[in-house]
Amino acid sequence: MAQTYRSQLVDPLVDNNPITLQVLGICSALAVTSSMSVAFVMALAVTMVTGFSSMFISMLRNQIPSSIRIIVQMVVIASLVILVDQLLKAYAYEISKTLSVFVGLIITNCIVMGRAEAFAMKNPPVASFIDGVGNGLGYGLLLLIVGFFRELFGAGSLFGITILPTVNNGGWYVPNGMLLLPPSAFFIIGLLIWAIRTWKPAQVEEREYKIQTVEAH
Amino acid sequence: MEGLVSLAVKAIFVENLALSFFLGMCTFLAVSKKVATAIGLGVSVMVVQAITVPANNLILNYLLAPGALSWAGFPDVDLTFLGLISYIGVIAALVQILEMVLDKYFPPLYNALGVYLPLITVNCAILGGSLFMVERSYDFAEATTYGISSGFGWALAITAMAGVREKLKYSDIPDGLQGLGITFISAGLMALAFMSFSGVNL
Repeated sequence: MAQTYRSQLVDPLVDNNPITLQVLGICSALAVTSSMSVAFVMALAVTMVTGFSSMFISMLRNQIPSSIRIIVQMVVIASLVILVDQLLKAYAYEISKTLSVFVGLIITNCIVMGRAEAFAMKNPPVASFIDGVGNGLGYGLLLLIVGFFRELFGAGSLFGITILPTVNNGGWYVPNGMLLLPPSAFFIIGLLIWAIRTWKPAQVEEREYKIQTVEAH
Repeated sequence: MEGLVSLAVKAIFVENLALSFFLGMCTFLAVSKKVATAIGLGVSVMVVQAITVPANNLILNYLLAPGALSWAGFPDVDLTFLGLISYIGVIAALVQILEMVLDKYFPPLYNALGVYLPLITVNCAILGGSLFMVERSYDFAEATTYGISSGFGWALAITAMAGVREKLKYSDIPDGLQGLGITFISAGLMALAFMSFSGVNL
């Protein structure tokens, strides 16, 4: 295989990021990013699930009949998610309350299914595991960036530790309340996509309609 | 009855699945290029949602909840940890059955919805609807209302988004923002508009 493990791990971070380029797993990226600690736990959970589900599905890939592969993949993924859910409830109950349904929704997070279908079904277990972890990390990276902006400018803190003392607590920083509301995540991701595509012009999408410029005579 | 109406309005506007919980975003962004296809997908989501949420409600209350198996002689069994896997199983199976029933008895509808039905199994709005039903412990009537109205809310959102995008493709947008970027930002603006409903108290 020409692709090395290292490039498999690093590629999904920017060059082939699951969120900004493959448009996978957006739901949770938007909903759980209002604070860094929640985003961090979510990123960790998704990375674990993608890594292990890719590995197990890749181990089973020669046994799975292709007509029922979706449901087999679903069962593997759902079992892993139940494991993560129970672990979170046992050791991080507060955070699992904040994440509420979004832990369960890792099952339908398209990153997990997408990697299982696109990569793990055709590749050996170790490579699949690394591919899964890489994609999970790419997702987590974006989650943390969005969480960073939202928590820092929306609440003046990072991981719950005050960085910019807010006016309410006698400080000087007037927090931007909009950043704590859900729609702000859309704007931040939209702008991030803009930034990434300006940096890597190869990712720019083709226009459907070209704007014609009329030359002056 | 009044409670059900206010639940429906709340599920459609105030707690819109797509725009305030961001569920089903992958399909929401991928299949919202044309109004006609968006309506097709929206209707199928509504139908599936209206069936799966009450079905999962029955499964929860008669099979999984603590003490639910007392009718079978196991009053102490608590199977709630099997919730996730059962819900997704129910959803996958129901989508498959719906597809076969439509194919057999309503071919025109099947032809119209056919391509979207398999997509729905992995649509987080469907699983999300069931999980919200569990978390808020709705009873059967509430679950049915919630299923129909949250599906309707999602359909409304994706249709509106498709309308915006159909106009948007003629505009002069900076290169890096083309496609996905501008879609995110316009979805954000729509979500802001939907937030104005949150003041509605019922």
